[in-house]
Amino acid sequence: MFKGGFIQNLPKIYGLYTGGFVVFILLMAILESAGVSAANIGIMFVAFTVVIYALIGYLSRTVQVDAYYVAGRQVPTVFNGMATAADWMSGASFVAMAGGIYFGGYTYMAFLVGWTGGYVLVSTLLAPYLRKFGCYTVPDFIGTRYGGNLPRFCATLVLVLASFTYVTAQINATGTIASRALQIPFELGVWVGLISILMCSMLGGMRAVTWTQVAQYIVLIIAYLIPVFWMGSKLGNPFPHFMLGDEVQRLAELEASSGLIKNSAADIKAAGVPGGLKYISNPHSAVPAGGMAVWKYLSLAICMMVGTASLPHILMRYFTTPSVKAARKSVAWSLFFIFLLYFSAPMLATLSKLQLMDPNLPTAIIGKSIAEVKSIPWVQNWASVKQVFIADFNGDGILQLNEWFMRGDVVVLATPEVAGLPYVISGLVAAGGMAAAMSTADGLVLAISNCLSHDIYYKIIDPKADVRKRLIVARVLLVVIGAAGAYIASMRLTSILGAVAWAFDFAMSGLFFPLVLGVWWKRATKEGAVAGILGGLISGTAYLIYVGPKFMAQTPWLGIDHLRFGIIGASVSLVAMVLVSLMTKAPDAATQKMVDDVRVPSGRSVLGKQH
Amino acid sequence: MSNKESHWVKTKNHMFVTLVIWFFFSIVIFMFGESINNASFLGYPLAYYMSAQGSLAAFVILIFWFANKQEKIDDEHGYGGEREDS
Repeated sequence: MFKGGFIQNLPKIYGLYTGGFVVFILLMAILESAGVSAANIGIMFVAFTVVIYALIGYLSRTVQVDAYYVAGRQVPTVFNGMATAADWMSGASFVAMAGGIYFGGYTYMAFLVGWTGGYVLVSTLLAPYLRKFGCYTVPDFIGTRYGGNLPRFCATLVLVLASFTYVTAQINATGTIASRALQIPFELGVWVGLISILMCSMLGGMRAVTWTQVAQYIVLIIAYLIPVFWMGSKLGNPFPHFMLGDEVQRLAELEASSGLIKNSAADIKAAGVPGGLKYISNPHSAVPAGGMAVWKYLSLAICMMVGTASLPHILMRYFTTPSVKAARKSVAWSLFFIFLLYFSAPMLATLSKLQLMDPNLPTAIIGKSIAEVKSIPWVQNWASVKQVFIADFNGDGILQLNEWFMRGDVVVLATPEVAGLPYVISGLVAAGGMAAAMSTADGLVLAISNCLSHDIYYKIIDPKADVRKRLIVARVLLVVIGAAGAYIASMRLTSILGAVAWAFDFAMSGLFFPLVLGVWWKRATKEGAVAGILGGLISGTAYLIYVGPKFMAQTPWLGIDHLRFGIIGASVSLVAMVLVSLMTKAPDAATQKMVDDVRVPSGRSVLGKQH
Repeated sequence: MSNKESHWVKTKNHMFVTLVIWFFFSIVIFMFGESINNASFLGYPLAYYMSAQGSLAAFVILIFWFANKQEKIDDEHGYGGEREDS
């Protein structure tokens, strides 16, 4: 059945895998109708998929340096696209994005534009050139292009800061999902999540992570799209993406008739609403008026776009393709696979909002008596874990829009229950969320440990280390960093979204201009790069501390709040890098020639296969 | 102008054109979000639509177009061959 090598057989292998997964879903549906409990179905979904990923991780084990760091540079474009999409779409994209749109409406959708538009920057400015360079890690490029250990060290600092901020959020998400699906305490769930993550990456490094991420993409996209299409069909829109125009208008009417009332902080406190729960106070599709609102939208989109083009765990995925041409095409496929989920999220938000709000639908709860709503099984389930809450502010016994509180994640996690879909769909969604959070966490942990083992240990501390020793160090670091991330996640320091946006801002502050100018400006010098990295990082961090609500909480300048501090960091980075570069001596002929070589798409890569 | 130089000039121009289109769909459109939201597309308010789907789809098409055209530029200059990877 399998003639030829592994790479030639990939379509067949993943075709079989997808078929097997569909059969598994059907099997679960049969078990459900045979009376197996919802809890057991959830456990089987999560456990089965995690075991499969671990198996793929085990089968991809390797003792080769280039297989461990860059998957042997033989990942075909479409598969690298899927792996990048899984690497990219985190627990936040999967679980929290539809909820964010549900509560934030148009304003929140700046994230959608930012998280997709950034790929245009990746493909035009960076990915093909970094692939031609032939580096193993992002600081490897900075270190070789600018020369010397100092730029390499500074780039490592930014990478660790940005990726570590992000990874704690992802381990937190795996912990939340594992604890809910397997019905264990959160603190234990975090460690179960960590072990699952390490099983995928430890033995095979980038090669193992690549092939598990493809498998995880398939699970997460099936898990996201089935409920959207199913709910759409129930409401008479079999292809909701192109058919919800009327529903969006209807939501605007309902908002107008109920009025978007803002609750006062004192009322919310007096009613005892649990932390993290929100109510709808922003219009779904209306654009808020005024120049400040436009700037808020654009500045957020800019931060997310530029941040995307600076995040090392994404850039390093394009080191794994066979050629420069393949790296470019692969960016396009990545965005296509990401698009499939992102353009469904607003539809999911619209459908689930309408189901709760439209009095003509049987699932509606707004406008009903509170006693009646409190007797609905799904409301009881989610209220018992403090994910939804009802506060009768005006004391009329009827549920108004501003009296219904919910955590954002519930939009994705509870929608199948709300719409009355069978429990097997909820189990599927849990498996999808787990896949999304695990795949991103894997990419991040690997980015950090590869960078520390290659750039700090091998390039700076012990350049004579042999292959065996390098790979042992890489694996030890992987475990240590994972454990540190899990330890911090188990202390629950930040909310998921805050931490995710910060990672983008850190990366753009310290890495965007040093990377881009390294390719596009020959005059950029070592001193300039160091000034750019440190200037951006220090000013961005200082500004975050200045405005951060948990730190000094000062009034932001021009609406640049803690989610947007990268605007300050990246601007300082650009100015510092250009000024210092112009003040120092131009790079030598060898460096200039290296930049010329990077700009030619064919031929040998600048760095050798083993370096 | 050598082959290498003319390849780089074309590559730079292609990058520039791509980024102008990108700038239009990511920034310019949303500068006028409030006024274009009165128009509608497929029944959706236009600014809502662009933010939810339109610009996203434009980016996907843009990157595929960018990659194909860049490959043509590479081929014209004899840089199209598959890698000699090392």
